[in-house]
Amino acid sequence: MDAQHDHSISVEREREREREREREMACRQLWASRAASYLRISVFHRGFSNVVKDLKYADSHEWVKVDENSATVGITDHAQDHLGDVVYVELPEVGAAVTQGGSFGAVESVKATSDINSPVSGKVVEVNEALNSSPALINSSPYKDGWIIKVEISDNGELNNLMDSDQYSKFCEEEDSKH
Amino acid sequence: MRGGLWQLGQSITRRLAQGDKKAVARRYFASDAELKKTVVYDFHVANGGKMVPFAGWSMPIQYKDSIMDSTLNCRENGSLFDVSHMCGLSLKGKDSVPFLEKLVIADVAGLAPGTGSLTVFTNEKGGAIDDSVITKVKDDHIYLVVNAGCRDKDLAHIEEHMKAFKAKGGDVSWHIHDERSLLALQIFGCCVIAHSFAPTSCYLFSHDLVMVLLLLRFLQHLTKADLSKMYFGGFQVLDINGVQCFLTRTGYTGEDGFEISIPSESAVDLAKAILEKSEGKIRLTGLGARDSLRLEAGLCLYGNDLEQHITPIEAGLTWAIGKRRRAEGGFLGADVILKQLEEGPKIRRVGFFSSGPPPRSHSEIQDEGGNNIGEVTSGGFSPCLKKNIAIGYVKSGLHKAGTKVKIIIRGKSNEGVVTKMPFVPTKYYKPS
Repeated sequence: MDAQHDHSISVEREREREREREREMACRQLWASRAASYLRISVFHRGFSNVVKDLKYADSHEWVKVDENSATVGITDHAQDHLGDVVYVELPEVGAAVTQGGSFGAVESVKATSDINSPVSGKVVEVNEALNSSPALINSSPYKDGWIIKVEISDNGELNNLMDSDQYSKFCEEEDSKH
Repeated sequence: MRGGLWQLGQSITRRLAQGDKKAVARRYFASDAELKKTVVYDFHVANGGKMVPFAGWSMPIQYKDSIMDSTLNCRENGSLFDVSHMCGLSLKGKDSVPFLEKLVIADVAGLAPGTGSLTVFTNEKGGAIDDSVITKVKDDHIYLVVNAGCRDKDLAHIEEHMKAFKAKGGDVSWHIHDERSLLALQIFGCCVIAHSFAPTSCYLFSHDLVMVLLLLRFLQHLTKADLSKMYFGGFQVLDINGVQCFLTRTGYTGEDGFEISIPSESAVDLAKAILEKSEGKIRLTGLGARDSLRLEAGLCLYGNDLEQHITPIEAGLTWAIGKRRRAEGGFLGADVILKQLEEGPKIRRVGFFSSGPPPRSHSEIQDEGGNNIGEVTSGGFSPCLKKNIAIGYVKSGLHKAGTKVKIIIRGKSNEGVVTKMPFVPTKYYKPS
């Protein structure tokens, strides 16, 4: 009876997570589609934005570097190029829970605010305090000194939802060509 | 991560289109083909312009320079902006002055020919329909420029009142200068250089100013007018390189400079000439930096800091109501405005410094006890000051400089303080 009950709850939770993920993906795709068709930004690049080979990438332009259960997260060079000069980074608290695709902080440029979404689920174990006094590190060094959070990963399987560097480069080119 | 320049374009376009729900709905799915292009469009793209929708136009928000660098360079050297999306028009006729005085708060009759002023078109409740720079060319000719996002409603408003005015025998007609383009050239040190033609000012020269001097001489060379005697707000119709231009000594950045209305077929050539002669000092500058500059100068952005429900008194533009007009009224909404002049308004536009994230439109403002006292209408990070600045409205009585406030951003409370504006001192060229 207990085993059966626990199993039911577990299955239901799994279904709920799937439904949430589907809703979130649908909303994100809808937003991206509308934003792309609506804004039509013609983008100048100083050449192609840089990507790093051994990282994983989210379609909301964050990167993640995984070392067993430890992940380092930041925003991509493509993202900081679009943002312009970063003047403030809103960091989460150590210990905060993050979920894949969910917002955990914000980046402020001279003109605009952008949410930062986590590419993985888990718990924040470290934040880059240097960004409090030097937010421009995100512009100058998005893949190294400009990292944002470190996460203890709860589900390595989620990495399969992310892009590798080649896929991400292609994704950015397609996104730019639509604008 | 979403937002960035996309968010800015989206935010401004939506706000400017606020008065027209249909336009918002339509524009949301606008294709490239539906956005209008200035004649300088291809030049922008060729120079690395990032084009975004703005009030129905495809406009450059930024070029290769970052918005931060563009803003700083405008104040250090100078900028060239394409503001052709704004609408220029002329009112002509014996009664053009009394006609316009029914619609705006300025003392148009009191303007000397060849001078102009910032003014506000009011609605019947005294609220702002738009802000505009008006200039008197002659007693029977007014030239004015209105904001791009307000063009349709402004023209409809003017046309409606013009019909009624003419029906009563008034002599006024208009021409919309759609055959012209508008460039805004903002130049640091222009006033210093102008005075520096006198020997006693020679010590003011520096290497950078030499470049700007070359540019001023370039402009001076193209026309017979003496630009050193043309002060802030001044207006001249003159030939530049053989082309008839309307030159207004103004800008919306706090810097000295000129708005140049030029026949569209010559606009790109003039832009190229200005950039080449300045040898890289004057930079093409987009609307992103322009917004930072006007914010630093404490100037209103229609759709943010000025709207139909905000009066010029509340907006701190009492200075723009001429003395005679305060006594006589005679403009739409005069009863509301003159009453506010007498009794004081209930809310006031003020500036803020703050810590934490930059404030943006709609951030709530609270007093130190946590009570709502107002709202931010414009805000961001100041490239010149390297700190957060904002414009907003607070309840009268809480508007004095030094008043401590809380600004609520994403649910968190941040320290702020009321301050006088401009945040960055203006450098308008005025008689000494």
